[in-house]
Formats: sequence, structure tokens, C-alpha cells
Amino acid sequence: MVSINFYLGLAIILFTIGALGVLIRRNSIIIFMSVELMLNAANLAFVAFARYWQTMNGQIFVFFIMTVAAAEVAIGLALIVTIFRSKASIDVDQMNSLKG
Amino acid sequence: MTLQTLLFLVLALVAITSALGMLISRNAVYSALFLVLNFATVAVYFLLLNAPFIAVAQVSVYAGAIMVLFLFVIMLLGAERAAQAQSIPWQRPLAISLAIVLLLEAGFILLGQRGVVPMVTSELPSGFGSPAQVGTELFQNYLLPFEVTSVLLLVAMIGAIVLTKNEKK
Repeated sequence: MVSINFYLGLAIILFTIGALGVLIRRNSIIIFMSVELMLNAANLAFVAFARYWQTMNGQIFVFFIMTVAAAEVAIGLALIVTIFRSKASIDVDQMNSLKG
Repeated sequence: MTLQTLLFLVLALVAITSALGMLISRNAVYSALFLVLNFATVAVYFLLLNAPFIAVAQVSVYAGAIMVLFLFVIMLLGAERAAQAQSIPWQRPLAISLAIVLLLEAGFILLGQRGVVPMVTSELPSGFGSPAQVGTELFQNYLLPFEVTSVLLLVAMIGAIVLTKNEKK
């Protein structure tokens, strides 16, 4: 049995890569994918804790996180499409006015 | 080294490499495909951690539905190769150093908290993580959050339709 510290370490590394993606990329779709990567790292930590404490609560929480992520992606991509229509760009540097 | 440790390390290599590939690649379609690979390896981890239902949900919801939506929007907008104009010169080094600080901080906390992490036990109650047990838990202890989730999905659906509706004036 692999120690839980390995799983938590992997979750930390994936979360950091996601945070780095949010900080250095300009393409808003890539930033969005990095957010998904961070959510996924949190899911991995949840499932690892659920396994090692032997309770189902962590897995149920992951189920809810997946639902919220799906809703978030639907709304976020709709926003990106709307911004692209008015700005003809999805570069986050171009999004600098409140009214399109 | 046991077989499971070896499997863990190989999968970790794939997961980290695909995450970095997602971060680095210039083409947004490649990024999305790297992310699919990453989600698939995490699904294998869920299987290793006795969570078969979550693993299947991960593949069908994340790697399937969500990533198809991403690819669809990338191709709809034609945003495969957005120009990476760097307007703030010190942004990238600052971001990388902040990420390294975050990594060290989290690693320090992980190594310092020896008492909190539970002991390794290999025997589990039978049926742990099976769809039947997930369903029982979901409809007995988590019934209200489950119902609220349906409202959330409905709101997301209406919101997406309203936002992308083409208003003819």
C-alpha cells in the first residue's frame, strides 16, 4: 500500500502547476483549463483521504465537486464566447473595460 | 519496491508531464488533449484508491463531457494559436517564483504533519466505494445537497443559454 503522503505530494504538485498556469498564461481558455487541473488535484486529495480514513464522505464530496465544475465550465465557456463576440479576442489583457 | 509503488510512480510521471504539457504547449487543442491524458491518469489513481464509481464518473464527466465542451469552444472561436504578447516583462519570473514558494510551503506542511495523516491499513470494509454504497450514502445522508445540485445544474443551463443567445436588435 502506497503511503498517503505520496498522493498528497502529487496533489500538491498538480495544484501548483494549475496555479502557475493561471498566473502565466494569457489565453483565457488555458487559464480555465488550469482551474480544472487545480480542482482535480483537490479531488485526488479528497479520494486519498477517503481511502485512508475508510469513510465514504470524501468520495461523496468529490461527486459534488464534479457537478459544480461542470456547471462552472458551462457558464465560463458561455462567458468566453460572449466576450469573444464583442472583443474578437480571448486574451485576458484585452478585457479591460466594464462595458463591451 | 512493490508493484503498486512502481505503478504509482509511473502514473505520477505521466500525470506531471501531461500537466506541464498542458501548461507549455502553444496550441490550445494540444493543451486540451494533454489535460484529457491527465484526467485519465487521475482516474486510474481513483481506481487504485478503491473508488471505482468516482473513477468512471471522472472519465465520463471530466475527460468526456467537460473536455469535449472545451474543444468545441476552442474550435468554435478559432483560438488555437492566440498570440502570446507579453505586456508585463517581469510577470513570468515573478509567477514562477511564487509557484515555487507555494510548492515549498505545501511540501513543508505535508512533511511536518506526521500525526494527522492516518495509518496505512490495507483491509477495507467490503463494497467500499462501490456504486451501491455511493448511492446509499448520497440518498440517505446527503439527500438535500444532492437536490440542491439539480437546481445548480438547472441554473447553469439557463445561464449558458441566456449568455450565448444572439440578440437581434
